[in-house]
Amino acid sequence: MSSSQVPQQQQSVLERFVDKARLAAAQVSNVADIEAAIEYTLDLCGSRGACRIKVSGCDEPLSDSAEGLCLAKEEKIIAAPTLPAETYDLLSSRSRESGFSCIDSGLRSQLAGVDIGFTFADLGIAETGTIVLNCPNEELRLATMICEYHVCVVPTSRIVADAFVAEEQLLRYMGHGPNYTAFITGPSRTADIERVLAIGVHGPLELHLLLLED
Amino acid sequence: MQDAKNLAGYRKQCRESLDNDFLRTALDTFAVAYRTSRANAFAEFDIQALIDEVAVMKDDVLTRLDELYEQFKAVSEAAGVKVHLARDAAEANEIIVRIAQETGSRKLLKTKSMTAEETLLSHALEEHGLEVVESDLGEWIIQLRHEGPSHMVMPAIHLSRYQVRDLFTEVTGAQQEGDIEKLVKVARRELRQKFVEADMAVTGANFAVAQTGTIGTVTNEGNARLCTTLPRVHVALFGIDKLVPTIGDALKILRVLPRNATGQQITSYITWVTGANECAASPDGKKEIHFVVLDNGRRELAKDPLFSQVFRCVRCGACANVCPVYRLVGGHKMGHIYIGAIGLILTYFFHGRDKARNLVQNCINCEACKDICAGGIDLPRLIKAVHARIQDEEGHPLPSLLLGQVLKNRKLFHTLLRTAKWAQKPVAGGDGFMRHLPMVFFKSHDFKSLPTIAEKPFRDLWPKIKPEVANPRHRVGLFSGCVQDFVYPEQMVAAVELFADHGVAMSFPMQQSCCGLPVQMMGEMKASREVALQNISAFAGTDVDYIVTLCASCASHLKHNYPELLKDDPSLNEKVQAFTAKVIDLSSFVHDVLQVTPDDFDGDGRITTYHAPCHLCRGLGVHEAPRNLMRSAGLDYREAFEEEVCCGFGGTYSAKFPELSEQLLKRKLDHVEATGADLLLTDCPGCVMQLRGGLRKRGSSVEVQHTVEALTARRIKKS
Ligand code: SF4
Ligand code: SF4
Repeated sequence: MSSSQVPQQQQSVLERFVDKARLAAAQVSNVADIEAAIEYTLDLCGSRGACRIKVSGCDEPLSDSAEGLCLAKEEKIIAAPTLPAETYDLLSSRSRESGFSCIDSGLRSQLAGVDIGFTFADLGIAETGTIVLNCPNEELRLATMICEYHVCVVPTSRIVADAFVAEEQLLRYMGHGPNYTAFITGPSRTADIERVLAIGVHGPLELHLLLLED
Repeated sequence: MQDAKNLAGYRKQCRESLDNDFLRTALDTFAVAYRTSRANAFAEFDIQALIDEVAVMKDDVLTRLDELYEQFKAVSEAAGVKVHLARDAAEANEIIVRIAQETGSRKLLKTKSMTAEETLLSHALEEHGLEVVESDLGEWIIQLRHEGPSHMVMPAIHLSRYQVRDLFTEVTGAQQEGDIEKLVKVARRELRQKFVEADMAVTGANFAVAQTGTIGTVTNEGNARLCTTLPRVHVALFGIDKLVPTIGDALKILRVLPRNATGQQITSYITWVTGANECAASPDGKKEIHFVVLDNGRRELAKDPLFSQVFRCVRCGACANVCPVYRLVGGHKMGHIYIGAIGLILTYFFHGRDKARNLVQNCINCEACKDICAGGIDLPRLIKAVHARIQDEEGHPLPSLLLGQVLKNRKLFHTLLRTAKWAQKPVAGGDGFMRHLPMVFFKSHDFKSLPTIAEKPFRDLWPKIKPEVANPRHRVGLFSGCVQDFVYPEQMVAAVELFADHGVAMSFPMQQSCCGLPVQMMGEMKASREVALQNISAFAGTDVDYIVTLCASCASHLKHNYPELLKDDPSLNEKVQAFTAKVIDLSSFVHDVLQVTPDDFDGDGRITTYHAPCHLCRGLGVHEAPRNLMRSAGLDYREAFEEEVCCGFGGTYSAKFPELSEQLLKRKLDHVEATGADLLLTDCPGCVMQLRGGLRKRGSSVEVQHTVEALTARRIKKS
């Protein structure tokens, strides 16, 4: 392969990743750096949700026990476990300035839902627009499951053509004792009622992918 | 669930489903949308290559199930999981109940798992006083309604939003609206509470990777992720056939499964769990994980030379999506637990003869399932083989036996057919065996008029019309099949005229008989085999390049089923191979071999549409030949909607399930009439019979012909 072909190929893998992720209803943007990713996240957190204590479903008629869960949430929360200390500190202080709370642990006491889960992808798979999260850490897992909006920074160097290319990497995650690896493509969805696509049944309502050139 | 006592009871249940308009519209809409989304999802791939990869990998797995199990167990246990092998359903349930009791679990969550349905796990858990909540939206809905799933990946496809609204109103005690988005949010909140409370979760697994001891689940909603994370105990129950050697092998399945299931590139979540993961709810910070691996006859079945291929099934549900019978009656009538074509087969092996006996007859043999299967399983063949097995075990019903006897004796069979010409009514009268003979003997059904036996069969005409062809370009043996011989000899005559014009020398071996498909459809494999041998010998003496038949079902049966029927006798291999290699259908012969052009015809631009016989388009993979021929012959061909969907004939099927056959025919004719054509062509005498009968009955002026009749009528005569 001549050197001039390399960037071009990389480009098409990246383009494919974006196309496929959008096809799966993910929202894809480019960010220049970590700060930009954080600003994006804070904007999103501020702009979504009419009332700060409401999470999706709370507007609907619920049984008493399910209602109870709605009241458990008092402020807007950004959950961002396992970030590098520097990044977490920045996110945390910027969140406070915006009036949101930022946590990196204790997710089990937030099961009513958090507003945003903020994560970094370990891999991106272009064939299907999928992100891979190696997440044996339970807090990290929960952040991606119970959030209303999942924001994930995808370093472009981590995007591969298909899952087979990543097989060795996957084996490194799963081949050494306890592990939890997640492939995530678009938001949580169901078509269980009349085959009509509905978003956000048990997981996030939106998946935002922030492409970060590295 | 199947609880019909006998075929009559089962037919009655099917009839009731036919009256469920919502169900039929829902399944139809899905079937049509599915075709497009599947095609899109596979657009960048060679589908067959992907399917073959899965089949080869799965076939290899079956030869070393025990070894892979040992490896899987060793690796998982080293990572802190407890692995159990359950001999049967009862043992699997016992193990899981015990785990719940020993861990002090009272509230359980489940994710969708066909294996748990197979063992009736929820019943067992509830009997022990445990609370079980299904966490998948569709499964939760049917659990609340006390029903079983009606599709393997869309368990509640039989329900409308209004039924769900009423159900949720009852469950929440608050009035709900019929807005799907809102209903989904209600479920989200109601079930979130259950996740908070649950002690233990039971999931299934789509793959169990021996290399790493990992299980993978393929889901869209996110409930499986919560189930494998929040409760302190996790039990995964799956069949031993879910073992795959490596992560790469799991990825091969993953490439096909969601695309084939619903036309999704991939599902929202693939969750890979390896070992005892971190879990803050456990006293030691580690989740307690058990993998319960179910045998339930699988290890034995894996050794069966024919049926082992059922384990290539990845549970995508596609064989139901495309099944014309499923579209009519829905999942509760098309399987006991497992649904669709694979359900008809697995019901026998996992749930026994009683549950399978009636179900397995409800296949029209259209091959749509085989054509779509993600594992490349020959589903229609296996369905017939299960049917034959049940008959071997229970004794063959008299009509089926007698038909076998009659067909084995060509002379007797032909004499009966000739006699029928005089009687023109069921020979044995009433419900006697004769109505199970090839269609002419059937008691007529209300929805179509049945044809009468021709004045003279083709075999009597042949000596007088046999053309002399000097310097032939091709030598052809004609195989008529019984319908063209005795009911529609004029179709054969048309072919003879056309062929003679194109320098084809023909012979018609008199010893040929029925192809044998009707008896095979009734589970009479022995008779089917004998008839096959008779036909092969009939042609053995002739020196021909091709064996041409105008009947797509005969062609595909001769070509694909004969080698299977006769493969046990290696001494026949060469003879069988020589025979089947020559078999070709009419349209392919005229199109590919004679290579006719528009110059050979004097077209009249008649508006024409087409019905693609199942055994032509799927059985033989012929799609373009007849359509090109219509255009060459100067016809104005207008494609009909769902042209390649079954017309409902299916040989003996239309006698067993006349109501279903009628519905399939009705749709077909609606689509035909919508084209505005007044000529309908097809390549199978059985389809001609079904279509003509149906059109006459509804007083339509559309004329039905065999393709060859339309071609011959428009040819520019050379002789
Ligand atoms: S052959 Fe046709 S009718 Fe039979 S199970 Fe398959 S799709 Fe259904
Ligand atoms: S038999 Fe084939 S089509 Fe049917 S569910 Fe299994 S893999 Fe899918």
